[in-house]
Amino acid sequence: MYSVIGAGVAGLAVASELVSRGAAVQIFDPAGPPGPHGCSWWAGGMLAPWCEYENAEEPVLRLGREAIGWWQDRTTVARRGTLVVAGRRDLPDLRRFARRTEGFREVDAELANLEPDLHGFSKGLYFENEAHLSPRKALADLHAGLQARGVAFHAGEAPEGLQNAIDCRGLSARGALPDLRGVKGEMLVIRCPDVTLSRPVRLLHPRIPLYIVPRGNGVYMLGATMIESEDRRRITARSMLELLSAAYALNPAFGEAEVLEIGVDLRPAFPDNLPRIRRIGGRIYANGLYRHGYLLAPALAKGVADLALNNIHSEMVDEDRD
Amino acid sequence: MKRFYGTELPNPLMLGTAQYPSPAILEQAFRTSGAGVATVSLRREGAEGAGAAFWKMIQELGVLILPNTAGCHTVKEAVTTAHMAREVFDTRWIKLELIGHTDSLQPDVFQLVEAAKVLTEDGFQVFPYTTEDLIVGERLLAAGCEVLMPWGAPIGSGRGLNNTYALRAMRAEFPEVPLVIDAGIGLPSHAAQAMELGYDAVLLNTAVARAGDPVAMACAMVRAIEAGRLAHEADPIEARDMAEASTPVIGKAFLA
Repeated sequence: MYSVIGAGVAGLAVASELVSRGAAVQIFDPAGPPGPHGCSWWAGGMLAPWCEYENAEEPVLRLGREAIGWWQDRTTVARRGTLVVAGRRDLPDLRRFARRTEGFREVDAELANLEPDLHGFSKGLYFENEAHLSPRKALADLHAGLQARGVAFHAGEAPEGLQNAIDCRGLSARGALPDLRGVKGEMLVIRCPDVTLSRPVRLLHPRIPLYIVPRGNGVYMLGATMIESEDRRRITARSMLELLSAAYALNPAFGEAEVLEIGVDLRPAFPDNLPRIRRIGGRIYANGLYRHGYLLAPALAKGVADLALNNIHSEMVDEDRD
Repeated sequence: MKRFYGTELPNPLMLGTAQYPSPAILEQAFRTSGAGVATVSLRREGAEGAGAAFWKMIQELGVLILPNTAGCHTVKEAVTTAHMAREVFDTRWIKLELIGHTDSLQPDVFQLVEAAKVLTEDGFQVFPYTTEDLIVGERLLAAGCEVLMPWGAPIGSGRGLNNTYALRAMRAEFPEVPLVIDAGIGLPSHAAQAMELGYDAVLLNTAVARAGDPVAMACAMVRAIEAGRLAHEADPIEARDMAEASTPVIGKAFLA
């Protein structure tokens, strides 16, 4: 019996991978089932390895590509690509983005067909093979799928001395993982039925990679800041201004949107912003998904299952000691 | 080499710490290039030690730390940020940045002089981010600054030295003052040019952090700065309009 500690995207993905390989699993989380207490609740849910590669290490592209298929077996995935645009004065940033990435085609006149509600943009990059999902639905689907296969969820602390424990607690595990840090992210959920966008749109911005993800029924997720701070209490006025200005730049009708939610949390990250698997004293730690929770959770889960079930050390394993 | 408030820089590259793909790459850029000073912003990371994990990593780089007041628009904000910086990094150095214009991020030189005075009286050693204006430079020195940091071009623009005439004039006007080109550098050739003009250091961030390979670009910058410094010390030739052959042409058997 394997005991997964933590029911965020990392823990549920690990449990799901283990169960799919025939292992018996139970899950502990003192906060109960997935909810606003975990940072994966606030994620964008973009499966966008090609776009992310603009500012990430090579494994993000290679491992991230496996994510779409993994998630399609477990939840609803929208395969509508990603559109990247820049304001007129930031067109050099669009050229730079194109130089640093692959898997896109340049669009100009076609832009109006892809997203008729984007106004004032003459050029964009269309990453046709990317996808997105709804994080909260994905968490709920994983949760339900595991329960249906007999996985017990314990809403409490894992008991001391647990055998075969797999620690997926995110930032709460930093006591055992001293090189883990929190990177603050802020996001908004807005409702604006006047604007129709059918795929994630990224607006290039000199400081923050801003994106808007359609959640259906006129609801959009607007994210996300990246701040080297561990203050998870509140959004700052500046961040809120920047997020809303981005939406307004995409279509001024967003000015009439209702603000439904404000999310603030910390992404667990290692110094190179890549996830890690460590086995220390019999316990496996899987952590550091950073801003790639949904993109890299499948690869992390496979790596954990390889180590736990077959003693195979995949590339994410950087430490294995008693 | 001139001293900055009594301190000799191990290397004339002052490198910013924002916008890198990851802290690991930031660290490698510093270690591999040998940049002498790390500039670090406090404002966005927030008060009450919220940025402590990141700041600790910067401190562990083992280079001189120059905290800045990036993003401040008023004297009051800048002074508060400077005090916070002194507490966090235990240094009297402060790069004073007071933004006056949203699109160009041009410094507000009037508030800059005022804040420089307040901070100097508070015991800070101020590195003011200013324009190439000579009179502003004089006022900053009168306010107690012992270093001037004129812009090359707007922050993050990568345009290089927009006004070499004025920057040369500034060097000539303040021969004893340590001068740093701050902002606008995009390429190593820009940094080399600054040093060829006789500047004492170069401060940059975006050109390295946002390059495809920040570590390689940091190394390129350090080498260009070294080349520019050596060239300046070597007393370069004057440019002229006509050719001046380096070997005599008269008296050869055959003239082409």
